[in-house]
Amino acid sequence: MASARPRERSLATLLAEHGTGVVLSVIFVAPILWAVLSTFKPPSEARQPPLPPWPTTGFSLQNYVTLDSFGAGLWHSAQNSIYVAGMSVLLTAVISVFAGYGFSRFHFPFKNFFFLMILATIMIPFQSILTPIFLILTWLGLQNTLSGLVLVYVTLQLPFSIFMMRNAFDAVPKEIEEAARIDGAKSIALLVRIMMPLVWPGVVTVAIFAFLNSWNEFLAALVLMTDQSQFTLPIMMTAVQSGRFGAVDWGAVQAGVTVMMIPCLILFLLLQRFYIRGLTAGAVK
Amino acid sequence: MSSISAKAGAATIAVPRRKRAVDRSQWAGYLYIAPAIALVAVFFVLPLGMTAWMSLHNWPLMGAHSFIGLDNYVAITKDVRFWKALNFTFYYTVIVTIAIFVVAFPLALFVERPRPMIGVYRTAFFMPVVVGFASASLLWAWLLNVDSGLFSPAAYQLGLTEKKVNLLATFNPAFWSIIVMVVWKVAGFTMVILMTGLQSIPTELMEAAKIDGASAWQRFRSITLPLMRRTLALSLILSVAGSILAFDQFYIILRGGPRNQTLTAVYWIFNQSFVSFKLGYGAALSMVLLVILVIISLVQLRLLRNPEGM
Repeated sequence: MASARPRERSLATLLAEHGTGVVLSVIFVAPILWAVLSTFKPPSEARQPPLPPWPTTGFSLQNYVTLDSFGAGLWHSAQNSIYVAGMSVLLTAVISVFAGYGFSRFHFPFKNFFFLMILATIMIPFQSILTPIFLILTWLGLQNTLSGLVLVYVTLQLPFSIFMMRNAFDAVPKEIEEAARIDGAKSIALLVRIMMPLVWPGVVTVAIFAFLNSWNEFLAALVLMTDQSQFTLPIMMTAVQSGRFGAVDWGAVQAGVTVMMIPCLILFLLLQRFYIRGLTAGAVK
Repeated sequence: MSSISAKAGAATIAVPRRKRAVDRSQWAGYLYIAPAIALVAVFFVLPLGMTAWMSLHNWPLMGAHSFIGLDNYVAITKDVRFWKALNFTFYYTVIVTIAIFVVAFPLALFVERPRPMIGVYRTAFFMPVVVGFASASLLWAWLLNVDSGLFSPAAYQLGLTEKKVNLLATFNPAFWSIIVMVVWKVAGFTMVILMTGLQSIPTELMEAAKIDGASAWQRFRSITLPLMRRTLALSLILSVAGSILAFDQFYIILRGGPRNQTLTAVYWIFNQSFVSFKLGYGAALSMVLLVILVIISLVQLRLLRNPEGM
């Protein structure tokens, strides 16, 4: 009896804890799930009461088909977003690996100045320099082009990414590099063949952040992309939601939101470890 | 053979040669960082300087710009809309920051200790963070919509309200809807930062306090809170900096309404620069916002350094 009491108590605590955990989890996940489920409702259910959230008169992909008929189309905007996010990931990774290596392993005049210059940009919000960026892109002939947007996104990613990569290279013992050099490896080969496998986790982290940030970015794309054919998904969807293409079709909006959310969620669920690493490294240091 | 002759040839000019060898590695360093420096120079440093320069000009989108000195700044002092927007931005920042902490701190305490299922809970609480702000705003614009959304129609359907209530029609319900949405979206982020801080508290300290008979509340007040000071200050800085720049949710869900009461500072800059195309004036507004942000950051950094400041 004496031993049964604590066990009973701990069972009650356990239930209370997991009860709380499950309820909270549902609250946080429900809006996402709700949106995704409701996209499969046929258009006839659009004006029906919202409960239950799932389709009751049959599964339908009509919302996605409808969405594709707005403006330049869902698929076209999705391609723009894929291009912008893909190029941003690629360029951010390559440029920050090079810069991280340069800052970690070389000594040259003004090194600290340049490093601080890149880091300091974190302090200045890009929202306050958007007007001149708009002009500079126009002068470079890149206004309203996806490539221009990519260059802006890559620049915004660089402070965090270079910081990550420099730390990753710093963590690699100098001896490994020296041994490889004695074996005859030249600089670039050394970087690609010897160093890259060692800093790979850092590159993954940098790539995840570059993807999520460029895939989801809104204000710069809204300002810099005025031609409908260049809209990324968030801009395209805002146009649909504001009724710029006629009456607002909320089923189509939810379809667009689903298309925007799914890659982020999959990426996060698969690479959670790398994402949290970047979060704490970026925030705590 | 060739290496020996090279050495012999180098002997007479040993010092400059060695210096040149160092120089070569320096140049290699520049080559590695050059692409990064070029991008930051063109798309960050140059625009920063240009913002200051443009703020002294009347700079329409089309046509010539002209130097007008401080006229833009004088105009800002009389810009009632801007001060209202700034005022609203601060109000929003204070409320949302408190709300985020009130939700995120208990969440952090909840997920801090390792036990079964905790990974699932952490992941669930964190999921809205990886969804973009624009996606989250579009999602909530639908949830909050009076006719086709979830909240009002469902409340009506369940008989909780007599008619569908438009949450976005008046200031307070609209404002608090945004607060709820933002807390849902970012609490997981603050939770992880706070969790990292909690986990860095030595367990021996807690055990010792427990043995000495300190209650859970006493342990929280005397150990957790003081040791969490830096982490708390850090997440405070991140939350404040992010909130002052708020734009997406107010643009997408409320369009600044009802009756322009939810225009934020960035929203007003966006309006002046890219809707009215007063680029010079927009730049001057940007400079004001920039100065305000720098001052706030400096104050917060002082708080972070100075224990008495908290």
